[in-house]
Amino acid sequence: MAKKQHDTPMLDQLESGPWPSFVTGLKRLAKDNDMMVDLMGQLETSYKTRKGYWKGGTVGVFGYGGGVIPRFTELKDENDKPLFPAAAEFHTIRIIPAAGMHYTSGLLREMCDVWEKHGSGLIAFHGQSGDIMLQGATTANVQPAFDAFNEMGFDLGGAGPAVRTSMSCVGAARCEQSCYDEAKAMRSVVNNFLDDMHRPALPYKIKFKFSGCPNDCVNSIQRSDMAVIGTWRDSIQTDDTMGKKWFAKHGMDELVNDVISRCPTKALSLKNTQDVSKAEGISSVVLNDSQSLQIENHDCVRCMHCVNVMTGALAPGKDKGVTILVGGKSVLKIGAQMGTVVVPFMKLESDEDFEALNELAQNHIDFFAENALEHERSGEMIDRIGLVNYLEGIGRDIDASMVLQPRANPYVRTDGWDEEVEKAKQRKANAA
Amino acid sequence: MAEMREPIESGVPDHVQYLHPLMKKNYGNWKYHDRPRPGVLHHVAHNGDQIWTVRAGTQRQMDVYTIRTLCDIADKFAEGHVRFTTRSNIEFMVSDVAKVAPLCDALTKGGFPVGGTGNSVSMISHTQGWLHCDIPGTDASGVVKALMDELYEEFIHEEMPNRVKLSTSCCEINCGGQADIAIIMQHTKPPRINHDLVANACERPTVVARCPVAAIRPALVNGKPSLEIDESKCMCCGACFPPCPPMQINDPEFSKVAIWVGGKNSNARIRPTFHKLVASGLPNNAPRWPEVGAVVKNILRVYKQDGKPWERMSDWIDRIGWPRFFEKTGLPFTKYHIDDWRGARATLNASTHIRF
Repeated sequence: MAKKQHDTPMLDQLESGPWPSFVTGLKRLAKDNDMMVDLMGQLETSYKTRKGYWKGGTVGVFGYGGGVIPRFTELKDENDKPLFPAAAEFHTIRIIPAAGMHYTSGLLREMCDVWEKHGSGLIAFHGQSGDIMLQGATTANVQPAFDAFNEMGFDLGGAGPAVRTSMSCVGAARCEQSCYDEAKAMRSVVNNFLDDMHRPALPYKIKFKFSGCPNDCVNSIQRSDMAVIGTWRDSIQTDDTMGKKWFAKHGMDELVNDVISRCPTKALSLKNTQDVSKAEGISSVVLNDSQSLQIENHDCVRCMHCVNVMTGALAPGKDKGVTILVGGKSVLKIGAQMGTVVVPFMKLESDEDFEALNELAQNHIDFFAENALEHERSGEMIDRIGLVNYLEGIGRDIDASMVLQPRANPYVRTDGWDEEVEKAKQRKANAA
Repeated sequence: MAEMREPIESGVPDHVQYLHPLMKKNYGNWKYHDRPRPGVLHHVAHNGDQIWTVRAGTQRQMDVYTIRTLCDIADKFAEGHVRFTTRSNIEFMVSDVAKVAPLCDALTKGGFPVGGTGNSVSMISHTQGWLHCDIPGTDASGVVKALMDELYEEFIHEEMPNRVKLSTSCCEINCGGQADIAIIMQHTKPPRINHDLVANACERPTVVARCPVAAIRPALVNGKPSLEIDESKCMCCGACFPPCPPMQINDPEFSKVAIWVGGKNSNARIRPTFHKLVASGLPNNAPRWPEVGAVVKNILRVYKQDGKPWERMSDWIDRIGWPRFFEKTGLPFTKYHIDDWRGARATLNASTHIRF
């Protein structure tokens, strides 16, 4: 039995209603946990005053420089004594889950037991960077809690100016749109930079995210410095049996209005099956006895829409790989930015391919570490120095797929034109 | 002092050990999927193997008792394997269709709504708020609980034109992320500076450098080194607050809630988009934020009525145009909707394309 619970009339109002209530959870923990009793006292105060009462500090585990989010209460009486002493220290420990956030019930139970012993018993699955957030440990308990998780095979996540914990979608484990082994790529890259994760020494945070296809289910393009997104470069695969099945169920209206007219590059057309083009780059799927859907794959931008709608009848091509975009970030300081293309396509199958991915990530981190200003994300750095300088810095060639359109102003000095034309010819020759 | 334990720097654990056996067996070999009912996915592998996934909403900040209840359900009604989605939904995988209905029943009975798939309104991506953040303008879990209570029916049904992703953020840093509808604190007054504390708590050049509009400069106040703000420049973003807590930006009255719409990260159809400001000035009205819920529900009502199949919020607005978005939702269009930040000119209408 813990101490008596504080009155929480505001929080109590969040116990009703059909959605699962975190307040009911907090109360249950508070039955035999003083820390949660006082945590609820402080939270209720926030609800009343509409103010936050936590401040940061320095708490960590032996051997690492980051990964723990220290929280000390600022809610104190006139003698500087905490109003809610049992929750005066309420630190979060970030733990890296397996890629795809898979668990067995046994593992979750084990995690609960450890956290009940060393912490508050409150866990967030998951934080926005993809960590398991163990919320609520005293300073003294951070080390034993981490040790127990570490012995279970789990490691501390990233915090501060460091490589951060990463995320990948469910991908190959359960999704037909998967274009590479997302989990393997995520694990391979993050585990290659554990020193940069656990001993923060970069200008600011760096995030990697891994999505298996352009649906980008982990939002890599807006939330990561390096977004690795699955794609393909040959033709969309088709299955006539499933095409007919889809058409029988959905009909011509849906085919025209929901599939063909929603193609952003007008790469789809309805054809009499006998008229379907036999040209290279064309694929098609049969809809009924006389009609087919034809796809001009060189016009297709791999947006996924038709593949999403007609799953099974249409599928990503066989020549799969990834597109890599860098510089995505949220608001601070210059405004939200999306990642932009630096690698239009690369294969990600062999050991050499994965090494190449890690080399790119290493070059990015090295260049960022040397050139970014303090508290500057890689997207802001590239915005400041220009994409071409960044590409030269990491040793990558330019490509027309990196821009939406060429320059629309003449404010550029072009006396190196002939030299650049030679380079373009050389790139073309190398690619052939 | 006792000898300290060296960490085992193991990084990301191997996911294969936690996969459902059918996912392990058919890794990279899935053929297609369908959705037999809201909240249930049915994936079929090239070899004909089938797996059913039941998705349920959680409160994200979970007590160990809730997690153990979910584990009990996983053991009794599923096959002991679960995973979480990026929006904190839990997924149970089963190899037999006969297990789907009892599993759905057990979850519903246990208070975990089954849904969040396809064209539903899924769980709100959110952060920590007053529960744990050091700079929050509001709460996260509470806002989400209050809103999801209101949106419960839209979570367990698939009745929207396309999927709807929501997020909440307790300050303009927007940790909740881009979304079809994002609920974000918007401060409306410059920070109040506690000059007694600045010298000891803040590295002043760092704070000066953090300001996006160069409105902060070092100053001597009451004989102490401090900082001052050019309030004519300050746009109340709060960027100075994290590195300098004495620059209090949060205000119980003047920190308001803003609503943004039309963000999406998927490349499907139009390229990924950022959400845009549509409403602001809503009160930070704990514990249930009814004014925020009303605006969100109204936008969803109009989108549900007016959107065509497969149109995300951004596709829908792309078709009908922003003037009609404001007209249909009844939200006032103000001077604050016209961007004046860098790149703003690209958001102006440089054409005669106008819908009448």
